[in-house]
Amino acid sequence: MALPAKNQTPALMVLEDGRTFRGESFGAEGETFGEAVFSTGMTGYQETLTDPSYHRQVVVMTAPHVGNTGMNDEDRESSRIWVAGYVVRDPARVTSSWRSQRTLDDDLRAQGVVGISGVDTRALTRHLRERGAMRVGISTTETDPERLLVRVRESGEMTGLNLSESVSTAEAYVVPAQGTKRFTVAAVDLGIKANTPRMMSERGIEVHVLPATASLADVQAVAPDGLFFSNGPGDPAATTAQVELLQGALRAGIPYFGICFGNQLFGRALGFGTYKLKYGHRGINQPVMDRTTGKVEVTAHNHGFAVDAPLEGSTSTEFGEATVSHVCLNDDVVEGLELRDASGALTSFSVQYHPEAAAGPHDAAYLFDRFSELMTERKGA
Amino acid sequence: MPKRTDIQSVLVIGSGPIIIGQACEFDYSGTQACRVLRQEGLRVVLVNSNPATIMTDPEFADATYVEPITPEYVEKVIAKERPDALLATLGGQTALNCAMALDKAGILEKYGVELIGASIEAIERGENRQQFKKIVEQLGGESARSVICHSVDDLLSAADDLGYPMVVRPSFTMGGTGSGIAYDEADLRRIGGSGLAASPTTEVLLEESILGWKEYELEVMRDRADNTVIVCSIENLDPMGVHTGDSITVAPAMTLTDREYQKMRDLAIGIIRAVGVDTGGCNIQYAVNPADGRLIVIEMNPRVSRSSALASKATGFPIAKIAAKVAIGYTLDEIRNDITAREDGQSTPASFEPALDYVVVKVPRFAFEKFPEADPTLTTHMKSVGEAMAIGRNFTEALQKALRSLESKHAPFDWHKHFDDDLASESTKAALLEEISVPHDGRLKKVMDAIRAGATPEEIFDATAIDPWFVDQLALINEVAVQLIDAPELTPDLLRLAKRHGFSDEQIGRIRGLSADVVRGVRHALGIRPVFKTVDTCAAEFAARTPYHYSSYDEESEVQPRAEGKEAVIILGSGPNRIGQGIEFDYSCVHASLALGSEEGGAGYETIMVNCNPETVSTDYDTSDRLYFEPLTLEDVLEIVHAEQQAGPVAGVICQLGGQTPLGLAQGLADAGVKIVGTSPESIHLAEERGAFGRVLADANLPAPKHGTATSYPQAQRIAHEIGYPVLVRPSYVLGGRGMEIVYDDAALEAYLEKYVANGLINERQPVLVDRFLDDAVEIDVDALFDGEELFLGGVMEHIEEAGIHSGDSSCALPPITLGREEIDRIRRSTEAIARGLDVRGLLNIQFALASDVLYVLEANPRASRTVPFVSKATATPLAKAAARVMLGESIADLRAIGVLPATGDGGHLPDGSPIAVKEAVMPFDRFKTADGRTVDALLGPEMRSTGEVMGFDAFFGTAFAKAQAAAYGSLPLSGKVFVSVANRDKRHMIFPVKQIADMGFEILATAGTAEVLRRNGVTATVVRKHSEGEGPDGEPTIVGRIWAREVDLVINTPHGATSGGSPRMDGYDIRTAAVSTDIPCITTIQGLGAAVQGLEAMRRGDIGVRSLQDWAAQLRPSAPSAPSGEA
Repeated sequence: MALPAKNQTPALMVLEDGRTFRGESFGAEGETFGEAVFSTGMTGYQETLTDPSYHRQVVVMTAPHVGNTGMNDEDRESSRIWVAGYVVRDPARVTSSWRSQRTLDDDLRAQGVVGISGVDTRALTRHLRERGAMRVGISTTETDPERLLVRVRESGEMTGLNLSESVSTAEAYVVPAQGTKRFTVAAVDLGIKANTPRMMSERGIEVHVLPATASLADVQAVAPDGLFFSNGPGDPAATTAQVELLQGALRAGIPYFGICFGNQLFGRALGFGTYKLKYGHRGINQPVMDRTTGKVEVTAHNHGFAVDAPLEGSTSTEFGEATVSHVCLNDDVVEGLELRDASGALTSFSVQYHPEAAAGPHDAAYLFDRFSELMTERKGA
Repeated sequence: MPKRTDIQSVLVIGSGPIIIGQACEFDYSGTQACRVLRQEGLRVVLVNSNPATIMTDPEFADATYVEPITPEYVEKVIAKERPDALLATLGGQTALNCAMALDKAGILEKYGVELIGASIEAIERGENRQQFKKIVEQLGGESARSVICHSVDDLLSAADDLGYPMVVRPSFTMGGTGSGIAYDEADLRRIGGSGLAASPTTEVLLEESILGWKEYELEVMRDRADNTVIVCSIENLDPMGVHTGDSITVAPAMTLTDREYQKMRDLAIGIIRAVGVDTGGCNIQYAVNPADGRLIVIEMNPRVSRSSALASKATGFPIAKIAAKVAIGYTLDEIRNDITAREDGQSTPASFEPALDYVVVKVPRFAFEKFPEADPTLTTHMKSVGEAMAIGRNFTEALQKALRSLESKHAPFDWHKHFDDDLASESTKAALLEEISVPHDGRLKKVMDAIRAGATPEEIFDATAIDPWFVDQLALINEVAVQLIDAPELTPDLLRLAKRHGFSDEQIGRIRGLSADVVRGVRHALGIRPVFKTVDTCAAEFAARTPYHYSSYDEESEVQPRAEGKEAVIILGSGPNRIGQGIEFDYSCVHASLALGSEEGGAGYETIMVNCNPETVSTDYDTSDRLYFEPLTLEDVLEIVHAEQQAGPVAGVICQLGGQTPLGLAQGLADAGVKIVGTSPESIHLAEERGAFGRVLADANLPAPKHGTATSYPQAQRIAHEIGYPVLVRPSYVLGGRGMEIVYDDAALEAYLEKYVANGLINERQPVLVDRFLDDAVEIDVDALFDGEELFLGGVMEHIEEAGIHSGDSSCALPPITLGREEIDRIRRSTEAIARGLDVRGLLNIQFALASDVLYVLEANPRASRTVPFVSKATATPLAKAAARVMLGESIADLRAIGVLPATGDGGHLPDGSPIAVKEAVMPFDRFKTADGRTVDALLGPEMRSTGEVMGFDAFFGTAFAKAQAAAYGSLPLSGKVFVSVANRDKRHMIFPVKQIADMGFEILATAGTAEVLRRNGVTATVVRKHSEGEGPDGEPTIVGRIWAREVDLVINTPHGATSGGSPRMDGYDIRTAAVSTDIPCITTIQGLGAAVQGLEAMRRGDIGVRSLQDWAAQLRPSAPSAPSGEA
């Protein structure tokens, strides 16, 4: 179809079950493979693209118009675009924002991210909802769906993959506290987003961001008031080193806060299993209930795996009593865990979703305060 | 938190008559609320004076009071019903104001009624500018900066701070007199200086100008556990300066990064908390400086608004319904989302934020053609009378669908082969850029012309401040049009491309020199058809179980096959509200859906609604089994019919209930082989075509005023001379008396034809109709039902004003107040003869005029009329429901047998002791100003100009009339000064009623001539100066001055007949406009005066009671089964 847009190179997309879509090339030309997932956010494509948790995933945007506000240097969540491929319906031809510095298309091309536009993204989303997340290939060089399908099926699956080390920082670095320093936190980067240390720093936390390969000794070396595990890509079941690190820290009585992947690893450290969701939660409109307060928060999600823990009652663990603190009201998936000591005091907690938002609502920002309070109490104790 | 147990009954206040700025969106919200509250087992008491609403249908409340929404009447309802709570946040500003007044008067406290939804304090915090500003500041937000000034020095120093341009608002001047925008110091000295002089407190507010900034709205909901969600973001394509109701708006917002959006979201949540809207919805408006992103909070509405109706339709999240639930204690997480379905059969909760995978565009519909003297510039005062919404998978598709939904041939973009030649010159471009710099109806089309004429995006932005992204989308549409123009042939790819960007077959045909039919044929031959997607609140994350569809040229369709054994009926709605076609037609469509559907008492069809008006009940996804939110054009409807035929059997399409819009589609649909149920397109044509209709009348031996049709002045003149002046002239195939005038001489006739031939309303296919105008006739409106055998006379309405005033604008009474049984029998016989002659199946509306004992037939319309809801309520008979079933083959006898219609008798023979219903029209004159700032004239005429109506219902005419007046214009005064000035021909008829008014103790004011006539008849009148005489030597004010000074309590002024121009007429204009502007009741016909006297007498006799429709029904239909309880 001759779109009166800049880019008219045809592109082909084939899912691992053979479903095929044709559209036009968007971003870089070439061929790419990954796990097809859809995201329902209507704002924040730049944050999504630069979120390391999307490593190896081909993101389908359900919002039809993408790229309208361009790209800038302020809104990125890491130094690069991580998605393996990008699927949109109607890419912007011009950008409109006083903060825009480049077009989305420019950035995708510059970073070699292959995308496709002009496809029925709703049909694709419905397909993924019914069949579950699956591998996909996008190509501007291949015209035969059968041949592309063979390569899709040869590409790697997400399940069983340990990816955090490939997205993590190579070197430790420090994000200083804003204003008076109140705490020191060791934050293990499993795919951390820029807004997470920023939000801690705003609360007077000096954040020592450590590589995913950090050991307990590395953590203890910064004399932290608290330990933090970030979000990140991959299968939590394939990650053992960080689980052991976390168990060691819990034994050492270091308060812990985890987000997303950090929630899954916390679950595993406490002895729960994890499993792959059929098509995951990706969007910025998910209702989560904080069961400790009975309040509902609208939250940003990006997870394909979840913790398998009993929704009711508590579970005794080596580290204390574990309970499910947060639940997604859409489908009752575990969205948060809490660990309390024998006196009933909170010692550690984690959430499956993104209180640091970016993109997404700020309803859950209180969790960073909760982390601060926890560290205050532990310091006092 | 579950439902509160301390509330057993709730009083809901509606929004009253449809006016500009407050239309049927409040019927939609009120209907939802009533439904929900009854489902929850609460006793619902409703007050709403508007009979055309669905919410006032007796089955939607336990006690429905069609009574004036004034504190006096609502108190009577409270005293009688003793509700536990009052819900006033769903009936617009009218309900909110009424609740505030009830509270102020201590009535809520006296009867122990709790205001739920939003407290008085919250309403005040939301509406008081200073308090609101403080709240925004405390949240770290910004409001527009402003400075209060008391001298020119103050002004100048404030200017240094605020910077030009700035808005100048003098304090406490009438209707914002003296406001303006100062672009430089000279402006400021001029406007600000005279503002200081005009202000009684020598005070002027200077405010920084945010004209041209980007404008946004968020819809917020909150429950009593303090859970909040944002339902929808809306971006205005027209930047700040145009009222959001007059703007083209887009959902979701298109040009915000997540950071800016979240900043707005945080503020919205902070504001709803701080203002204290504890349970319910509100709407918050923002402006963003496109240059640096500075964000300003403009205002909030602490209630459900027009935008919430739009947001509900745009997202599938039913704000009013949820607002009602949270008001009675539920929390958002306890309320289920009706639309989604999880795999385990559960639905997701309402405590989420809808995600859209489509684009929604709303466009306003204006009625400036009805008010030619009005200034069409769009400002911060809303002027549009309706709106259309469209959904597409991208902006271009949604926008083009929305424009064609407006049903104005001038609305859609228009290209043709030689377009470039028309726009080639540089001067054209300059003129267009100049034109688009001032917002007006149709500006977007001019923007497109400017693009076509070579204007750059920057030039367009500089002229309009329309966001560059939207400008580029317009450019994109134009690029597609250029491809269509330039392409040697219409290839499948090109056709697909054009459809993907919303081009209609009509537009493509015009560009390619083909008819729309041919384009459609080609398209179908190539298999290029739209698919139908679903509005599901969640961007397909969960399965949808509510078939709320829109079309798009995309890949996959989601229309589900019909259940085994089910047949569908497609009901075509009435499109955007306009003067002459509004809520009354939506009412009939909704009734058809209720009557034909599967719910208890329904006929068991699958009902399918098609409409594009977001304000309506018909476009609530709850109303019909399936909803198609689509333009009502032949192309769009044919595609829906096709999709539904693929899904299963379709019994037919109903075109008779939605007014002129679907009626106009009937022939085209029939030609395409679609079955039209009810009266056939041939019969419709028979009634519309003068010659054919004349033969029907002749066959039945019924007289009509002498008439003829013409397409040119000489022809028209010949006819006028033959039948004699005055004549009534009007174009054919129009609704609402569009272009209808009474013409008294050749000159006026010639001018008339010149005007309407030029604007295309009169042409070879649509000739002008010239009728003898019957002076001094009584006009009668009849709604009837015919099944081919039996006639059911729904109601006979007698107009209070004489013939010559459009039936939609005149007040009327049912049953007729001066007609005897014999006359009603003649009306019945004539109606039946016409029904047979036209072979009607369903509803028929006839207008008769009774003059010198001859019953003339003025016109007949074989469709639902504007008065169907009024008649249904006045007679306790669901006419539209019965009509829908007759159209699908049931007989009146069948319907009598099952109790839909009364077992015996009809609206022509109501039981003894039946109440009188008076309908009064509500006029929008105060909304329209001329270019020099005066209000347009408040005169009634043959062209309909009212936007809404109210009903007064009581045992006697006087009390019913008084109620109708109170509902429409505020109560008639019980004492004070009455000014009388009438045309010569009315002087004789005036004496007796004016004497009665004087006897009641009113002081009579009159101009010299009228005063003398009154004096001779024993009525003392104070002489006041005519406006044309000017003020007296000692500064004695004229009557107009006295009205402006509010020294007069009631104005009686009848227009001076045929006088064209001249001072007496201008006097009348000034008197009436002053009365309209100061909200002083103004009676402009002698018949209205007679009725008012009866009303005054009734009011002075003492207490006028209130009585519910359910109570009256027991009297009107003693044998009828009582209204079903629970869901209607």
